[in-house]
Amino acid sequence: MVQTRHFGQINVEEDKIINFRDGMPGFTNMKNYVLLTNEENQKEGPFFWLQSVEDGDVAFALVNPHAVYPDYSPEVKDEYVDFLGHTTAADLSVFNVVVVPEDIKDMTVNLRAPILINQTTKRGAQVISENQEYAIRQYLYQDMEQMKKKFEEGGK
Amino acid sequence: MLALSRKKGESIMIGQDIEITIVDIQADQVKIAISAPRSVQVHRKEIFLQIQQENKAANTISDKSIEKLKELK
Repeated sequence: MVQTRHFGQINVEEDKIINFRDGMPGFTNMKNYVLLTNEENQKEGPFFWLQSVEDGDVAFALVNPHAVYPDYSPEVKDEYVDFLGHTTAADLSVFNVVVVPEDIKDMTVNLRAPILINQTTKRGAQVISENQEYAIRQYLYQDMEQMKKKFEEGGK
Repeated sequence: MLALSRKKGESIMIGQDIEITIVDIQADQVKIAISAPRSVQVHRKEIFLQIQQENKAANTISDKSIEKLKELK
């Protein structure tokens, strides 16, 4: 059981724990996380939560980048992710850290440094991609609105 | 912190397998070549610091913002 700041007491099953060997930049002491989904309100939003198991106060909002940026494909050197375990691309999930200020319209996503999680080996890492064109602070709200608009237009 | 003076073309070894060579010097800019094992991540410090900073900012999210985020599709 972990007492969390945002999600109350959560039950952590051992086999759900994702190990970040190097921690996250700025949070190198915390190595173990669980990925929480947004099931409770039955909505299939693009957001997830990476909750530290070691410190209930530490949690990151994550977004599934492909929901907003269908062409997103960060280039990451193989050797940076070797320790995630040798697997196929299908085992690897990609997420990006979201910074959410009081006004949600100003929220940004870090596209430069994606989080890669191997769902089979339960190992994860935040890596710096080679793509200099990906912003560290990309305005996400506007991009989501635009994506929605495009989707609606496409449906007509 | 160790400070070493090096001339153009000279190198520094860090451990057995990391080599840093001064390739060129122009006014206040130096060009550095780094030879390191493939598993060693090499990045400009400012990028690394920015990512640390963003992660710290990401952790200051309020419960109110979390609720708003959950509403978004």
